[in-house]
Amino acid sequence: MVGLNHFLVLSAILFSLGVYVVVSRRNAVAILMGVELILNSASINFVAFSHYTTSSMGGQMFAIFVIVLAAAESVVALAIVLSIYQQFRTIDADEASTLRE
Amino acid sequence: MILDNIASLKYFYPEASLIGTVIVLIVLDLAFKGRRGKWQAWVALAGLAPALVFSIDLYAGGESGSLFTGMLALDSFAGFFRILFIGASALTVLISVISSDTSRGENQGEYYAFLLMITLGMFLLASSMDLLMIYLSLELVSITSYVLAGFLKGVRRSSEAALKYVIYGGVSSGIMIYGMSLLYGLAGSTNLMEIYKALSTASPSTEFALFVSILFVLAGFGYKIATVPFHMWTPDVYEGAPTPVTAFLSVGPKAAGFAVLIRFFYMAMAGPGPAEGLWAPVSDIGWPLLLGLLSAGTMTAGNLIAINQNNIKRLLAYSSIAHAGYILMGFVLLSAEGLKAMLFYLVVYLIMNIGAFLVVIIVANQLNSEEIEDYAGLGWRAPFLAVAMTVFLFSLTGIPPTAGFIGKFYLFAAIFSKDEFYWLAIVGILNSVVSLYYYARIIKAMFLVESSEQPRLKIPPLHTTLLSVLVVPTILFGIYWAPLAEFVARSLEFLASGF
Repeated sequence: MVGLNHFLVLSAILFSLGVYVVVSRRNAVAILMGVELILNSASINFVAFSHYTTSSMGGQMFAIFVIVLAAAESVVALAIVLSIYQQFRTIDADEASTLRE
Repeated sequence: MILDNIASLKYFYPEASLIGTVIVLIVLDLAFKGRRGKWQAWVALAGLAPALVFSIDLYAGGESGSLFTGMLALDSFAGFFRILFIGASALTVLISVISSDTSRGENQGEYYAFLLMITLGMFLLASSMDLLMIYLSLELVSITSYVLAGFLKGVRRSSEAALKYVIYGGVSSGIMIYGMSLLYGLAGSTNLMEIYKALSTASPSTEFALFVSILFVLAGFGYKIATVPFHMWTPDVYEGAPTPVTAFLSVGPKAAGFAVLIRFFYMAMAGPGPAEGLWAPVSDIGWPLLLGLLSAGTMTAGNLIAINQNNIKRLLAYSSIAHAGYILMGFVLLSAEGLKAMLFYLVVYLIMNIGAFLVVIIVANQLNSEEIEDYAGLGWRAPFLAVAMTVFLFSLTGIPPTAGFIGKFYLFAAIFSKDEFYWLAIVGILNSVVSLYYYARIIKAMFLVESSEQPRLKIPPLHTTLLSVLVVPTILFGIYWAPLAEFVARSLEFLASGF
């Protein structure tokens, strides 16, 4: 029987993978994909908690808002990555760096 | 009083008028695409005027309650921040007109529309009382800020600033939303009042989970106010972004971050304390101590790294990190006195920091440089400019008779009233001494170093006028601050759980 704990473990693993991607990748698009993993793990939590512990739909609603905002954020982020590519000819976050101490 | 959606609308005029202005601005910009001039800025200013009138009207009305079935708070605390944000935006519009970074080029209408959208987001952020609303308005502020940071098309450092901003911002808001999901699981609701009720009766076994979720949520708020260890984006973004945007980010969204921080912790994580004007944490987890440590780390890191900076925007970025640390000192006390000191400091910080950035903008317009060594001899080349900068820097350090001194005085007076945070006050005082060193470096460059070029700079009268508008309150609030203190004290009535 699949219970709340299964979902929490799944989301914790997904969250950790997302953080790992963000820390280890240098490609800007890959980092953004890591962020998406983090957001999805939060959505899983919301839906699972909403289903198993409360009778309201608040969690499901929250998850939908997370999806919508993730899309909005991706649009802006990809536009910025595009403008970085036009100027630096690379989307490597470490190489596209002129601002230093 | 909890108002439903329709009944809430008449308390939503300030936000509604901003939304209206944004739409008008975008449509006018499309209609008169080729028309030169600075009319977009004046439209934006004209749009802020009704928002200010409605905000003052709401503030004076003094009504309190929650709007949109518990999504937004209607109280004088939100009213105070609305007025503060309008001030920040209006000043930013004016300095954007002056700055050569932003006053040239296409897309002027979009620039001001984005600026007003951030203002709208800050309005909502300061009055959110539901996790969902906090997340939505935080993202509204963040996403539009990313765009503004990268607004200079074809300028490498601007695009780079935007990239760093969006990556750090995306990660920290992701971590925050994960923390919120845990909090939702613990409390079974997203409303801050409900969360407090659930947490105050929760069993002690959930304390660790609560602590973890608070840490995660702090990632999002800490990123907005730029505390250690979420401050990494600040110097790069502040240096790369157009200077008026930098000035705005360092006062507007930062103040909004503090507003939501206070709202979240004092509403959901603390309840009535032992006496009037005191709060007590909801469970035994020591979040005040945690934030005290963050405060000490933030001001120390900001000040120590600022010493070595040669770019003035970068230096002001680290100084703004340090100031976030000072302001946090008032936060950990859980007392009305501490909150009052925080709000007072936010107003003072708004005036003096925008002032300092205005000087940076005027100098950059004339000399095309942001390096401190190019400020050499400014005391002779542009005396008023140099004197104004000195006033702002003294105020940032906290030297009398400037407003910054009174602000710091309130913060330290508040913190000395609580024994367990004496150590934090000592860290704060030591930090103020360190900060004098790097602020004085700029003053030294302006007055004591001879410059190879000696022509006097011609400062347009509009710039001088705006500079005076900021210098006068910086000194005035250092001598006669009672009205401001009263305004701040009146603004402390906010909705809180269990009162």
